Amino acid sequence: MLHIINKSPYDRPALDSALATGEGAILLIEDGVYAAAKGGKEEAKIKAAMGKFKFYALSQDLEARGIADRVADGVTAVDYAGFVDLVAEYKTNQSWL
Amino acid sequence: MAIDLNGKSYETDEEGYLINLGDWNEEIAAYLAQQEGVNMTEQHWEVINFLRDYYNEFQIAPAVRVLTKAIGKKLGPEKGNSQYLYELFPYGPAKQACKIAGLPKPTGCV
Amino acid sequence: MTTKQFMFVNRKAPYGTIYAWEALEVVLIAAAFEQDVSLAFLDDGVYQLKKGHQTKGIEVKAFEKTWGALEDYDVTKLYVDQESLAERGLTADDLAVPVEVLSRAEIGKLMEAQDVVLSF
Repeated sequence: MLHIINKSPYDRPALDSALATGEGAILLIEDGVYAAAKGGKEEAKIKAAMGKFKFYALSQDLEARGIADRVADGVTAVDYAGFVDLVAEYKTNQSWL
Repeated sequence: MAIDLNGKSYETDEEGYLINLGDWNEEIAAYLAQQEGVNMTEQHWEVINFLRDYYNEFQIAPAVRVLTKAIGKKLGPEKGNSQYLYELFPYGPAKQACKIAGLPKPTGCV
Repeated sequence: MTTKQFMFVNRKAPYGTIYAWEALEVVLIAAAFEQDVSLAFLDDGVYQLKKGHQTKGIEVKAFEKTWGALEDYDVTKLYVDQESLAERGLTADDLAVPVEVLSRAEIGKLMEAQDVVLSF
């Protein structure tokens, strides 16, 4: 399953809840992209889950927040077209509120 | 709401401010000035251009006190005072000039 | 007009919600009415000040430019919570404007000293 996360991990536990489901892919969008910022406390969660999940982050949202130059290793930046491809690739997807 | 002028349509809000900043040109500025009863002179254009530059730099339309101060800094104290600006734009330099400059109503102007 | 001390507490990341932009608007309004305004940035609010926002792709105004206007509005007291920065891997060098970095306890004391504290 593709999990779409749009909440900052520092503010809301949506990413934790998604990671607790086991495995799949995580697409970080909007404020969710802060999870992928290198050097932050929440980056550790992504590192720890790397074996179970593939991680993606929307480049437009990374750029808007000034963190496109510090994306954690193993996280793939995708644009809107890549977003659509991911949604098509996975049989199910869920936007965590 | 919209203004139709020389074959072009300009969308405005209920107070007559242009909706799309990109629509602005000197022609619509002159029309808006005429509606406001302002006879545009070189001094008026100077303030209008100053406001547009300010907006491009900071993305906000300045409140009148801020406009006065900023104009004083750039164009000199004889222009950076409210008397001079109110003579040019009697119904409020920030409010009226912003409308003619195609900017939103100044932040802090209620 | 009586002048009061207003502190605006910013705790939300920019762009994901409207809080940050709304706060800035209210700050400018308070400042236009010549109030004694200060801003505190805590938690995700520190992200508002991060340098290098390129918002063309999401088609919204970037904050960075407007921070420059605060000085014209005589808003010069910007306080940033040290712990919130550290948690996010940021330092004062990552921020777009000069700020005073303080501990949460120091910011707490400043809050105590205000007439009005508004949280966004």
